[in-house]
Amino acid sequence: MFDFIVDHYNYWTYIGLMIIGFYAMMTKRNLIKKIIGMNIFQSAIIFFFISSSVKRGGVSVPILEDAHGHAAHGMEHGAHAVDVMQYANPLPHVLMLTAIVVMVATLGVALAVAIMIYRKYHTLEEDEIITAMGGRD
Amino acid sequence: MIAQTPILIVVIPLLSAFLCPLIGLWRKEGCYFWTVFSLSLHCLASVNTLFTVIESGTINYYLGNWSPPWGIEVVVDHLGAFVVVIVSFMSLFAAIYAKRTVEQELPGKTIHFYTVFLLLVTGLSGIVVTGDVFNLYVFLEVSALAGYALIAVGEDRAPVASFRYVVMGTIGACFYLIGVGYLYIVTGSLNMADLRTLLPELYANRVVQTAFVFILIGSGIKIALFPLHTWQPDAYTYAPSAVSVIISTAMAKTSIYALIRIIFSVFTLDFVTNFAPIFDIICWISAIAMIFGSIYAIKQSNLKRMLAYSSVANVGYIMLGVGLCTSTTLGLTPVLMHILNHAVMKGCMFMVACAFIHKAGLRDINDFVGLGRKMPFASFAFILAALAMIGMPPSVGFITKWYLILAALDAGQYIFVAVIFISTLLMIVYFWRVIEIMYIRVEEREGSEITATVDEMPMSMLTPALTLAFLCFAIGIVWLSGAPSPILDAVNSGFGLGGVLP
Repeated sequence: MFDFIVDHYNYWTYIGLMIIGFYAMMTKRNLIKKIIGMNIFQSAIIFFFISSSVKRGGVSVPILEDAHGHAAHGMEHGAHAVDVMQYANPLPHVLMLTAIVVMVATLGVALAVAIMIYRKYHTLEEDEIITAMGGRD
Repeated sequence: MIAQTPILIVVIPLLSAFLCPLIGLWRKEGCYFWTVFSLSLHCLASVNTLFTVIESGTINYYLGNWSPPWGIEVVVDHLGAFVVVIVSFMSLFAAIYAKRTVEQELPGKTIHFYTVFLLLVTGLSGIVVTGDVFNLYVFLEVSALAGYALIAVGEDRAPVASFRYVVMGTIGACFYLIGVGYLYIVTGSLNMADLRTLLPELYANRVVQTAFVFILIGSGIKIALFPLHTWQPDAYTYAPSAVSVIISTAMAKTSIYALIRIIFSVFTLDFVTNFAPIFDIICWISAIAMIFGSIYAIKQSNLKRMLAYSSVANVGYIMLGVGLCTSTTLGLTPVLMHILNHAVMKGCMFMVACAFIHKAGLRDINDFVGLGRKMPFASFAFILAALAMIGMPPSVGFITKWYLILAALDAGQYIFVAVIFISTLLMIVYFWRVIEIMYIRVEEREGSEITATVDEMPMSMLTPALTLAFLCFAIGIVWLSGAPSPILDAVNSGFGLGGVLP
């Protein structure tokens, strides 16, 4: 059991972060704290993707020596099969570049909306906003 | 050019969105005409795609000519083509309708509005045509981000509604992304068709099962399936008029499309039926949504809010169709029907409801006394849509209910027949109340008659509303004529449904 936890410490970290973020989003009454929680939640997913692509021991970035010209075409037919164990998987990293962009955009929109709320109600505390709106319906 | 139409469906609104501010610099009114023009092109592209798909089957388009699973693939099958036509026409109608309301509600922000509006359409079209699960996430977020921004500029509590949607929508999208991550870890692929061939060996794998649950809940938030609908009524109520129209029609439908795509194209029936009684759970949740949505709708006095809760109930109708699909020979037929039908009916109703706000500043149903005389065409359109919603033959609502009842009877689930009847009765209650106040209660309360200055809504708003009201019945007749059955049969047989039960 202990070995299981230690071996997968990256996933446990991700789960921990995710729960912290989720907790903040659900229970915090302050909108900025909610946004921070949202960011932690999204970062946790990025850690999860990145850590899933890690390989240990003599692994390098996937830059192939003779991957230009004819060799590159030959590869499609399996002439130069790549030993996947020698290279870190680049795809999760690339996916996460996109996810980070999405995350930043979400953060920007969320902050902009928070500013709109502040201008309208002069507070960022959810219960005070609900009072200012005249109760929830 | 014609061969490129699948990707043009995404590219046209995207490029137009970037050109829109430039046109706005030149002529401010130009933005509106540019939006309508580019969305008309979008409609042409999607209609062309639909006919191509009907003629020659599924279109696979490789972006940059990278063959899948390495490259991103655009796949338009019958289901995708069907939904993308709905998306493009509803966005076109919403854009035509937007002109006057945007001038009134967002003075000085028209350029921004149309730019973000086109980005929203980009996201929605992208969801429908993509054949890659990660790409689907990106488009989901593109449309959601545009949606957050558009809702936030609405009236009254709109920023708060938008913030709630940001929080809920992000949780939904992140859950979806976690599910995609799990699938990628076990299969090493993100292409839907590739996943479909790789997954069967791993159906017993707990990672795959967890991924499925994450994706299901994530999409459940996005489609506002009861009890994950909490963000939806506020967002629909306080959004600007044209935005209410597009998010209640095109956006809600594409999210449902994404869920159907994941359930049937990526995981397949084989997995879902053996994993857990997912379809039974969906049936029961939908039944509760149908009843509760309608009861909440009766409680509301704000017309837009009432329509929003009615949408919760109607998502229930669609998902009930999904839930029943395995146990009936009709398969997904009622689902496809109601995706189109509900878009047409709700689009018309939101257009009229927002026109009441635009012309008379009226939100509360109890203030509508005499409105039937002041705005005869708008009220007429509303009545047609309300009758369709209640299910008067041969309207679209009747078709949906008829086929859903057939499906429930076929499946031997008589309880859901009763649920459909009860929710129809509740619908009559809340729609009749509006009609009664608009038309019948004219003489009783002379004092509260609305001011004489209120007149019919302008042509740019009236035309799309009346067109949709007319379509409520025309499409019903088209369904009855059986003309769309090639699409329905192709979708069902593609997913192994309807007669070809596993």
